[in-house]
Amino acid sequence: MVGHHFVEQLVSSQYACNITVLSGEKRLAYDRVHLSSWFSGSNASDLAMTDEQTYQQWGVNFELDAQVIDIDRVHKTVSTATKTFSYDVLVLATGSYPFVPPIPGNDQPHCLVYRTIEDLEAIEASATESKVGVVVGGGLLGLEAANALKQAGLETHVVEFAPQLMAVQLDGQGGDLLRQKIEDLGVTVHTQKATQVIEAGNDCRYRMVFADESFLETDMILFSAGIRPSDFLGKKAELAVGERGGIVINDQCQTSDPNIYAIGECALWENRIFGLVAPGYTMARTVAAQIAGGEGAFTGADMSTKLKLMGVEVGSIGDAHGKTPGALSYTYHNQPDGVYKKLVVDATQKHVLGAVLVGDTGDYDTLLQYSLNGIELPQKPESLILPSAGEQPALGADALPDSATICSCHNVAKCDITQAIDSGCCSLGDVKSATKASTGCGGCTALLKNVVDSELEKRGVEVSKAICEHFDYTRQELFHIVKVEGIRSFDDLLAKHGTGLGCDICKPAVGSILASVWNDYILSQNNLPLQDTNDTYLGNMQKDGTYSIVPRIPGGEITPEGLILIGEVAKKYGLYTKITGGQRIDLFGARVDQLPDIWQTLIDGGFETGHAYAKGLRTVKSCVGSTWCRYGVQDSVGEAINIENRYKGLRGPHKIKFAVSGCTRECAEAQSKDIGIIATENGWNLYVCGNGGMKPRHADLFATDLDTQTLIKYIDRVLMFYVKTADRLQRTSVWMENLEGGLDYLKAVVIKDSLGMAEELEGQMQLIVDAYQCEWKTTLASEESRKRFRQFVNSKQTDSNIQFVDERGQIRPATEAEKIAGEARIPVEVI
Amino acid sequence: MQANAEITPLWHDICAESELISNSGICALIDDQQIAIFTLDLAEGRTLYAVSNWDPVGKANVIYRGIIGSVGSEPVVASPLYKEHYSLISGRCMENDGVSLMVYDAQIVDGRVQIAI
Ligand code: SRM
Ligand SMILES: Cc1cc2nc3c(=O)[nH]c(=O)nc-3n(C[C@H](O)[C@H](O)[C@H](O)COP(=O)(O)OP(=O)(O)OC[C@H]3O[C@@H](n4cnc5c(N)ncnc54)[C@H](O)[C@@H]3O)c2cc1C
Ligand code: SF4
Ligand code: FES
Repeated sequence: MVGHHFVEQLVSSQYACNITVLSGEKRLAYDRVHLSSWFSGSNASDLAMTDEQTYQQWGVNFELDAQVIDIDRVHKTVSTATKTFSYDVLVLATGSYPFVPPIPGNDQPHCLVYRTIEDLEAIEASATESKVGVVVGGGLLGLEAANALKQAGLETHVVEFAPQLMAVQLDGQGGDLLRQKIEDLGVTVHTQKATQVIEAGNDCRYRMVFADESFLETDMILFSAGIRPSDFLGKKAELAVGERGGIVINDQCQTSDPNIYAIGECALWENRIFGLVAPGYTMARTVAAQIAGGEGAFTGADMSTKLKLMGVEVGSIGDAHGKTPGALSYTYHNQPDGVYKKLVVDATQKHVLGAVLVGDTGDYDTLLQYSLNGIELPQKPESLILPSAGEQPALGADALPDSATICSCHNVAKCDITQAIDSGCCSLGDVKSATKASTGCGGCTALLKNVVDSELEKRGVEVSKAICEHFDYTRQELFHIVKVEGIRSFDDLLAKHGTGLGCDICKPAVGSILASVWNDYILSQNNLPLQDTNDTYLGNMQKDGTYSIVPRIPGGEITPEGLILIGEVAKKYGLYTKITGGQRIDLFGARVDQLPDIWQTLIDGGFETGHAYAKGLRTVKSCVGSTWCRYGVQDSVGEAINIENRYKGLRGPHKIKFAVSGCTRECAEAQSKDIGIIATENGWNLYVCGNGGMKPRHADLFATDLDTQTLIKYIDRVLMFYVKTADRLQRTSVWMENLEGGLDYLKAVVIKDSLGMAEELEGQMQLIVDAYQCEWKTTLASEESRKRFRQFVNSKQTDSNIQFVDERGQIRPATEAEKIAGEARIPVEVI
Repeated sequence: MQANAEITPLWHDICAESELISNSGICALIDDQQIAIFTLDLAEGRTLYAVSNWDPVGKANVIYRGIIGSVGSEPVVASPLYKEHYSLISGRCMENDGVSLMVYDAQIVDGRVQIAI
């Protein structure tokens, strides 16, 4: 992990050099921190932090399965079993290996460790042949491993040598509470047990015999009794190595040979090994800066941690044990609720030295900031950990100094975040990708969100979860209320759950929700005042107040008669005509009073509204497909037409676009659509949540080789789940980026029906499909509705400000100057 | 009487009350002036507002096609083009001090909508 971070830093510094990465494993760097997510469904590619293509693009050479066995410091070379490489500068980032206590019998087949992807595979394989599992070691990693065994369905035990769990991070009381909570979850904890021997068992595969002569039977054993630095190369090359291991480094991360650096878990700085990624990343940055000619030094790192172990929240900050001379502590212990908090302060009671939190880590971010930034404590420091003891002096994002570290993994300070926002980031996701904050261990997620929200708010960006001043709810909550309470009008919703008169934010949002839930005619008397002008007049308003006209052309397929009719309409009303990026035709420059006649002609000719104005389904783009194209493997046009006809009229939080390609050449650009479909020899591959537009996102492959029926079923579910849960004006791409659990979660909901709502989602979609009507047709059928398209209630005149000039044989809106100079013309009436 | 007519705005008959659209807007032409007329229907009763139809930011005659609502306790209309909010009472623009709408009196007499300008 740290080695990769170093490469990344050096590459982005643009320092000209040849980089070669020798990886002892059979793959490039992956995310060890989230290794446990393997057991909840992620795979090697989810864990990968990079790929071979990226390294190639960066011009970084690499060798996999390349265990280095020797360093020749004189000739400056390193060698693997088969090859030798020369270096100017060598960086050792060899990490560490799990310590397996020297217990007789520890080398049997089902005695395993937990560090690499191969270890995970071995654990998984062993678990299928086992009923009982034991983890040796009750530290942070051990408990994570225990969770993994539990998830694999084993009866799980933790055996710990010390009298308590997580002895490094927690004090006795905190450890006891943690133990209690973990036992409540069905994991048996054995403390103060020293294993003497592992022998054959009676009921299980093995029997562990302890020093006190008690024993425990188990089918598999997972050792997690600490890590040891992989310093063997250092020893062999006679670099200075610490007494208890670790390659000695100075503040520049140089070993005793100035041309050799060591970073990460193999390095020993001031007699300390840092077993977390954040300090390793800091070392990596230090060395990259050194090499690229700059300066920089490693000055130690914070070892605070916050994590959730089997659903139990645990946090430890700084001097958790109060070992600093003169340290004082406050504790809060709530036995019934299972919450324990300890705050350690210095003798002057002005500064936080450390803290222990078990059962509730809500105060972690605040306490960590007090501790890291030396912020002076309030009058009564205990108020920081006491619940509801008056107003808790919460340390808002605003109170943090600019230099405050928000993300220690990627060394992102508050000022980096403000800078990112100033240079254009306008959401949490943007800030994350610009600064990398919160993409390491993830511990800073909540704090980062606070800072981003508060900074955005300062710049006038609306971040409150409430949709607007009239409703104290998010879009999802309103959706739920409308559905559950059977509400069918805005007024009803406002009376029951809102205040004031509503506005241009909540009205269209509720209009869209009502449409998604009931699919009533959007211009009924009740719904009409809710709609944006585009929806009210069923066209997009242009800059001069005229509208555009986009008839639906499903799949982009159109007959010559259709083309001629559109051409005739355009000619008759003098409209500007253009092919859109969505494979249909847009007619511009229609005055509001012309819209009904124009649409009447189109509808009489068999066209329907194209919903180009709607937050809803727009187009299903297609390529020509197998009917004509020599490479096509399925009928992409036919499929696109069917799909467009199924989902037309669907309204959602934002617009929705599809595309269907006839083969892997992808001429329809399906991977840039909300829903993308690509033909295969055996059916269809489904892609979801792509986006073109302002922030392009490649769609994710969701399922492969589907038959049409399954394809439709999945699309129904994905779309309806999106409609139900997304924020106002959130495209599927942003929705996906913010969806907790991401693609895997969506797959679970849609394919495995993990929420048990698949049927409901399909039913809801069917309701919408069945209730479809062409809004223009409905509108034109009523004299009352037609009346709305008059510019004036009391005059037949038209808007004299709408004036055009000719350009390339068509009209365009006149500029102010052209109007004043009288060069523009007012269009002639068409009777 | 001459002088009086100049100060007292003249009521213009516009249309039947049934032409109004509940909680939405319509547009009237009086001489060369375009006037947006909004109808706010609440449980307490019906209120009419009349403002100029010219959007001073978007530079188009579109105000009557905006969504009405409230900012705090003030009834407003949002321009359909760039969404500035204008008070229906004072014509003030909430986002931009440099622009505003004209405000007119509106009333319903004997089922007829009247505007004073
Ligand atoms: C007409 C058209 C341009 C053209 O002449 O080709 C167009 C025109 C507009 N686009 Fe578009 N977009 C058009 C294809 C696209 C495409 C290409 C596509 O669909 O394949 C994209 C990128 C793909 C995508 O959406 O992911 C596109 C991305 C946008 C965006 C950015 C969306 C995003 O998520 O980043 C906006 C702004 C928005 O929706 O908030 C936008 C907004 C608009 C609006 C609605 C802006 C506005 O409010 O006036 C324009 C309305 C014009 C009108 O009156 O009809 N348009 N727009 C295209 C109509 C396609 C159609 O047949 O319906
Ligand atoms: C299950 C688990 C959970 C964790 N959770 C957290 C957490 O929540 N927070 C946190 O901060 N940290 C956590 N960690 C620790 C974190 O993973 C490590 O701190 C981090 O991986 C250290 O990075 P590194 O690059 O120093 O070592 P590694 O990631 O181990 O990388 C070293 C690499 O060097 C290779 N190598 C070794 N010797 C040679 C050789 N001679 N030749 C070629 N290659 C060689 C190894 O095969 C390995 O691929 C966790 C670790 C595990 C295992
Ligand atoms: S995507 Fe394939 S089938 Fe479609 S046009 Fe391109 S090559 Fe032909
Ligand atoms: S602190 Fe680890 S990701 Fe930010």
